[in-house]
Amino acid sequence: MLTDSELQAIWLTVRLASIVTLILLLIGTPIAWWLARTKSCWKGPVGAVVALPLVLPPSVLGFYLLLAMGPYGPVGQLTEALGLGRLPFTFWGLVVASVFYSLPFMVQPLQSAFEGIGERPLEVAATLRASPIDAFFTVAMPLAAPGFLTAAILTFAHTVGEFGVVLMIGGNLPGVTRVASVQIYDHVEAMEYASAHRLSAVMLVFSFFVLLVLYAWRPGAKKGA
Amino acid sequence: MTGIDARFRLDWPGFTLDVDLALPGRGVTALFGHSGSGKTTLLRCIAGLERAREGRLTVNGEVWQDERHWLPTHKRPIGYVFQEASLFPHLSVLGNLRYGMKRMFDPQRVSLDHAIELLGIGHLLDRKPDRLSGGERQRVGIARALSVSPRLLLMDEPLAALDLKRKQEILPYLERLHDELDIPVLYVSHSPDEVARLADHLVAMEDGKVLADGPLGNTLARLDLPIRLGEDAGVVIEAMVAERDANWHLIRVDFAGGQLWVRDNNMPLGHHARVRILARDVSLSHDKGEDTSILNALPARVTAIADDSHPALALVRLDTGDTPLIARLTKRSANHLALRPGMEVWAHIKAVALIG
Repeated sequence: MLTDSELQAIWLTVRLASIVTLILLLIGTPIAWWLARTKSCWKGPVGAVVALPLVLPPSVLGFYLLLAMGPYGPVGQLTEALGLGRLPFTFWGLVVASVFYSLPFMVQPLQSAFEGIGERPLEVAATLRASPIDAFFTVAMPLAAPGFLTAAILTFAHTVGEFGVVLMIGGNLPGVTRVASVQIYDHVEAMEYASAHRLSAVMLVFSFFVLLVLYAWRPGAKKGA
Repeated sequence: MTGIDARFRLDWPGFTLDVDLALPGRGVTALFGHSGSGKTTLLRCIAGLERAREGRLTVNGEVWQDERHWLPTHKRPIGYVFQEASLFPHLSVLGNLRYGMKRMFDPQRVSLDHAIELLGIGHLLDRKPDRLSGGERQRVGIARALSVSPRLLLMDEPLAALDLKRKQEILPYLERLHDELDIPVLYVSHSPDEVARLADHLVAMEDGKVLADGPLGNTLARLDLPIRLGEDAGVVIEAMVAERDANWHLIRVDFAGGQLWVRDNNMPLGHHARVRILARDVSLSHDKGEDTSILNALPARVTAIADDSHPALALVRLDTGDTPLIARLTKRSANHLALRPGMEVWAHIKAVALIG
């Protein structure tokens, strides 16, 4: 059915999307929490920056990231000074770029989940002796559980579907940066339509089921909350 | 050192809270006023849920807030009952009760079993909050506030979100709380009924300021306050059930200034009860008037006369022994009787409500 290089591409895609989702759970949660609760005047600007990848062409984002991570960019100089080498055209460069690219898909569902909880349950927790951190883990997180599920699925799926940023940052190195979407592009370029069909069909079915889970699950989750 | 010293100043657009209060560190203190009077804001300042920039709060000798200190809510030894029960929806009733208990830092003074028994929620422990009625939810909310063995219990209109039937369901539990637990309570309410039933001490608030503050009986009998109470103006008297007239289904209650016959509600002899007498139910005359349907007539002395809200009406404060009463009458009647302070009259009491 699928060739080794195609399986390699799919495996790479899954690995990339999983790592990015995990990293974004760690980074996106505090950002979303802050955005949901702050009264600071920075809320607007920070929210806008987080949302940028939604409207920016992936090539623009990729271009800037490429410059930043390149030998003359600040990130590039930092990684070289730390002895990590350069990020562009590596798997971890792809991870960093994808984290930026998928940030709004993690932050925005979480933010609205946190906002939906409101102030009251946290006030109740405080009157029951729970410190703010304690209340976050024992009240806010359980109440926002449906939001976490939505955010993680959207982030994973969106990372699987990225193409432009990968091409700019990662190029097309088998087993390193050649994810499924790039592989399909390769097949088409080489006029291998049968292979392009197979891989495209896999992606299509995967995407449909991810969204099916998301939309079938949500009403039930809402009722519980 | 017992007592609560609270001084707060808080400026919001369109609202200023400015209070300086010394409250008793025991019994039930009602913070009473219309919505927007600042009573809930004051309660939230005491809980640390609101932070007044200028504030000083000492509770039984412990500083919770001053220029340099500010104790965050989770470190204050309080229990808080919100207007809506605000139970954690992801936990069962028992889970809600255990949440605070696990985090409690004070020595336990109210056992979980006692709190459960006191509020009558033993049969609900395994349920999720969305499977409870409004009254049950609020009882769990109150038990949850008790589960942390608070040194001060703050209640923000715990009955306001409930209909009359549910209120009647919960009030007896609140009275038991008052009788059985030695925890000072600050009780926010806009209901004169609840205040009359539950409070020992009254703080009346308006526009973010304290209007009147003192023991319930004296404060209710002030003539500057009842004007704002309208139809609810009246007094509350502490009394004791002294005699039962089984023939006529009446009981006699004695208080410092005399005695009253009221409908028998099966209270045992010797029971301490509260009697509420509304100003509109008190009329005055020069003689006792034996031939009347009115059961209770008390000799009283006029101590003050003041204008009421309507230009036709006057409020008259009376003393029967040491107990103050208020009567509402028309100014024409007051003129007809030639009422003036110091005069001896008979107070005819048309209706007496025995409350708990």
